[in-house]
Amino acid sequence: MKRIFLSLGLSLTVVLMLLLGCSEPRSKKAVYVLVDTSGTYSQQFEKVQGVMRYMLGTLLSGESLALARIDSESFSEKDIVARMSFDLRPSMANAQKRAFLESVEKFGSDILPSKYTDITGGLLQAIEYLNETKATEKYILIFSDLKEEIKQGQVRDFPINFNGTHVVAINVTKLQSDNVDPREYQQRLDAWAARVKQGNGDWKLINDLNRLEAIWD
Amino acid sequence: MTFELWTGLITGQPALSVLVWLSGLIVVMYVARQPVHQMILSLVRSIRNTLRLMAQSVMLAEKQLRNRNREVLLAQGQEHAERSIEREFQRVEALVNRDLSGYPSLQRDLEEQITRIDEDYTQSGEVPPKPPEWLKAIEAVAEIPDNGSSVVGKILSDIHNTLKKSLHKSIQEYRRANRERHNLLKKMMPYWRSLTNSLNSVEKKITGLEQRAAIIDSQMQSYENIRQQADFSERLLSSSSMTQFFISGLALGLALVGMYVNFQLVALPMEEMVGASSYLGSSSIRASDVAALFIISVEIILGLFLMESVGVTRLFPIINLLDDHKRKAIFWIMLTFLFIFSGIEASLAYMRDMLAADREALSQILSGTDVAEPALRWIPSVGQMVMGFTLPFVLAFVAIPLESFIYSFRTVSGLLGVWLLHMLVVSIRFMGNVIYGIGRILINAYDLVIFIPLKLENSFKKRSAVSLEKLVEKPAKKYAEIELSENISSKVDELKEAER
Repeated sequence: MKRIFLSLGLSLTVVLMLLLGCSEPRSKKAVYVLVDTSGTYSQQFEKVQGVMRYMLGTLLSGESLALARIDSESFSEKDIVARMSFDLRPSMANAQKRAFLESVEKFGSDILPSKYTDITGGLLQAIEYLNETKATEKYILIFSDLKEEIKQGQVRDFPINFNGTHVVAINVTKLQSDNVDPREYQQRLDAWAARVKQGNGDWKLINDLNRLEAIWD
Repeated sequence: MTFELWTGLITGQPALSVLVWLSGLIVVMYVARQPVHQMILSLVRSIRNTLRLMAQSVMLAEKQLRNRNREVLLAQGQEHAERSIEREFQRVEALVNRDLSGYPSLQRDLEEQITRIDEDYTQSGEVPPKPPEWLKAIEAVAEIPDNGSSVVGKILSDIHNTLKKSLHKSIQEYRRANRERHNLLKKMMPYWRSLTNSLNSVEKKITGLEQRAAIIDSQMQSYENIRQQADFSERLLSSSSMTQFFISGLALGLALVGMYVNFQLVALPMEEMVGASSYLGSSSIRASDVAALFIISVEIILGLFLMESVGVTRLFPIINLLDDHKRKAIFWIMLTFLFIFSGIEASLAYMRDMLAADREALSQILSGTDVAEPALRWIPSVGQMVMGFTLPFVLAFVAIPLESFIYSFRTVSGLLGVWLLHMLVVSIRFMGNVIYGIGRILINAYDLVIFIPLKLENSFKKRSAVSLEKLVEKPAKKYAEIELSENISSKVDELKEAER
């Protein structure tokens, strides 16, 4: 009997070692944060910083995070403020998070309001980045009033393939016009929700920044 | 539909319809009473018999398991007794080697001491010189009367003085000789004491050997009992196994707690080596956790081999059969590896502390507070390092309770198996009896439903029995009368014959 116990223990160890050799990440998150820098929204960057801190505290080694601005022409690499795939080693990942936080703070201090709001361009850029990360859970967080204002001549009215990405609108502010007719606000939200769902995405709205864990629900 | 069938036999009379149906049913049941009874009885009897057969086979299995348990228990007990006796003999051997190896020198000492005592005694036995023989002659001459002669008187006076001097000298010589003898005897005292001490130490050693011999005797007795497969030996061994099982189980439980602490020390730094977000396949088991468990398992295996090589445990017969030289080599190799792993674990523990501090600092930064360096930060670091270094050695001793647990588990699981089989037998028998009882109740319930025709049948039977009795009674009376008359006539004939 003792021989059986011992041989079982040894076999188990060998099997575990073999499994260890072919181990792989099970679930991997990638988050792309889009920040509207047009108009008064640029003055609310403190809230963005809070969310970024939450993201840095929550995301684990091997996961990815990016911060980009929404400006007049957002479908561009130059709008990406910082992007990082955290190292598998926790110590390196912590160092990366510190560096990322510094980038965010630097961006917050140098922020310049833009004239137009190219949300679609920003989303396309985000989807492209998230697909590249090969993450199993993809999130786009949008800090915006969701009112798209594009330059004349730009084409943005077409369906987008979100490829299972969760789009979370955070702190969607009400405009002056929304106060005149609140239906406009709701229509804007509904229009974006419909566009995301039609593109095989998932839409969510979080206005309460104290319950950010709802992003992952 | 069914309800309508029951109530619609006679139009407008549902109760009557039901009554008609019930009457018909009762009649059918009455007619079918005998076969239904037989069917129910045969069914429950066959079930009960099947269950009895099952119970018998389970009992057989229980008996076989009990016998097997007994064999295993006695074999284990025999092996244990052999080991104990072997150990006692080793102790005796050590005692003999340690104490009796000094016996030649002790014997030499004793002989020397005895020789010295003997010499001293011989010397002390030398008699002092006697006074010279001529003194008697002079004494006789001195006693001659001088008869007033001055010359004779003077001679005698000289003789007297000479005699006195000689006596005084003899006394002096005697005293000196006695003093020498006393001195010699006094010199013998330390030799006597030394001899007594030597003999006392010999006595103590012999007593130790006697005690060991008594222990060996008692162990040999229990070994003999086991060999004779005595019942009380089995009970004794069972009880001992249960005790061992619980004690070793408790020790293993504590060892598991130690392993958990060890795991906590190692798991976090292992993330640095195998990655923090790597999992085993599609499971939720983290690769770093498995790596940490692997390190702990290796330490335990090293401990097992270490204990095996020094002969504390006997889990691997191959190691036990090796000669002492090879076992010593295994011991040193395992000890070296254990030291290396302890060093690795101590460094991992330190790394864990650093990582935890780094993580804490980052969380403070992310929460927007200033990073504060706690006072006496080095104490937990050193504590963790010491724990990381010592825990592998502590875990090495898991081999001892593990061996006890494995041996006693066989006995305890066997006893548990016997108990379970016994309970199964009881349950099967109980079930068989319950099913048979249900069958009897069903038969009685059946008769209860058809009690009206049964009552009628009984009364009819009674009446038929009475009329039959009457029919049988009349010829019987007549026959009795005939018999009586025949007896009387025969008696009369006998009397007539007698008169003749």
